[in-house]
Amino acid sequence: MASLKDLRVRINSVRSTQKITRAMQMVAASKLRRAQEQAEAGRPYANHMRRMIASLTSSLTNPDDAPDLMVGRGEEKIHLLVVATSERGLCGSFNTNIVRRARLRISALLQSGNEVKILCIGKKGRDMLRRDYEEHIVDTIDMSEVRRLGFADAAPIATRITEMFEAGEFDVCSLFFSQFKSVLSQVVTEHQLIPVGVPEVSEEDTHPEGSDAMYEYEPEEDEILAELLPRNLAVQVYSALLENAASEQGARMTAMDNATRNAGDMINKLTLVYNRTRQAIITKELIEIISGAEAL
Amino acid sequence: MADKLALELVSPERLLVSAEADMVVVPGSEGDFGVLAGHAPVISSVRPGVIEVHDEGKETERIFITGGFAEVMAQGLTVLAEEAIPVAEMDRGDLEQRLKDAEEDLEDAETDEAAHKAQAKIALVSEMLKAVN
Repeated sequence: MASLKDLRVRINSVRSTQKITRAMQMVAASKLRRAQEQAEAGRPYANHMRRMIASLTSSLTNPDDAPDLMVGRGEEKIHLLVVATSERGLCGSFNTNIVRRARLRISALLQSGNEVKILCIGKKGRDMLRRDYEEHIVDTIDMSEVRRLGFADAAPIATRITEMFEAGEFDVCSLFFSQFKSVLSQVVTEHQLIPVGVPEVSEEDTHPEGSDAMYEYEPEEDEILAELLPRNLAVQVYSALLENAASEQGARMTAMDNATRNAGDMINKLTLVYNRTRQAIITKELIEIISGAEAL
Repeated sequence: MADKLALELVSPERLLVSAEADMVVVPGSEGDFGVLAGHAPVISSVRPGVIEVHDEGKETERIFITGGFAEVMAQGLTVLAEEAIPVAEMDRGDLEQRLKDAEEDLEDAETDEAAHKAQAKIALVSEMLKAVN
């Protein structure tokens, strides 16, 4: 049986762990609020962008020479998977979920004889994927220096992807990230970046009035489109990163909340054992004194 | 009194301006154009330059944008800017310093790519300087 001192040390160590997890939970909560605000602030831009692309494509005079970024090269041989994960751990199953989804996709693609390339954003995903798919990983983008995610962080990633596409290094590109639904639920999402395909116009996107208005374009449609598509890619990457950041904090908050609660349970159990042991020792001492006195 | 034009200026990071104005002048890539309420629907790309907001007969706001797209529709004008800075917040000395830095970069540039980048920067900063003057 553990001695009293051992138990005391144990309780103290659990208590300090609890302090850490509680602090992490609170930090995650405040970061989450910021990340959420940022994600919401970025939405109007993405919405407008999508609507503009939709109206551009619908009025494209000659759909056959739509840019490759949009319709693809007619081949689907080499796939680039962009896997966005976090830089830090201790956020529950956040990274595991994203990586699991990516793994499934990779093995399916490899089985059907396609070539797979992986671009990791964030250290955690790379560490996990490296075990099985080391030779497929093209590069890792380090985000650990980024304090507050800005558009300037997403733009180079998008440029990189566009350059790779233009150099013919892949045919299809999809992005794996976690969509933020609420603090308790984050949904791993696979989003195809290239080819974009013709975006669907949902009900809320269409104009309430004058939706069939014909736009004039300055310069020509295809020129605007050529400028708009890489830009759209950057916006997609940016909003995915924002969603990911919010999800990460949400997942961490839940994980740390659980950890704090578990530590509390453990302290209660240990305290119970501690008190019982203490009483047992007192009883034992009393018995010793009494039986000693009786023997006289 | 003519109808007002609803102006929205958004950057990828946030909604910057949501206001009403009589007229807004947009630096389109094929020339500046003024937008009033009831303008025909247009989608245009935008070059680096100043967006002028006119209201009640005078210029109420000048915002520098580094490029992007403008969409005019029945409900108003939306500008998707890459980056936007109010002209009032730009500092002349700072810009001149940046211009000098960029020129030095151009001289030191060893690769074509670096030179190209420096040139683009010079063009952008001198455009900004023009806006301040």
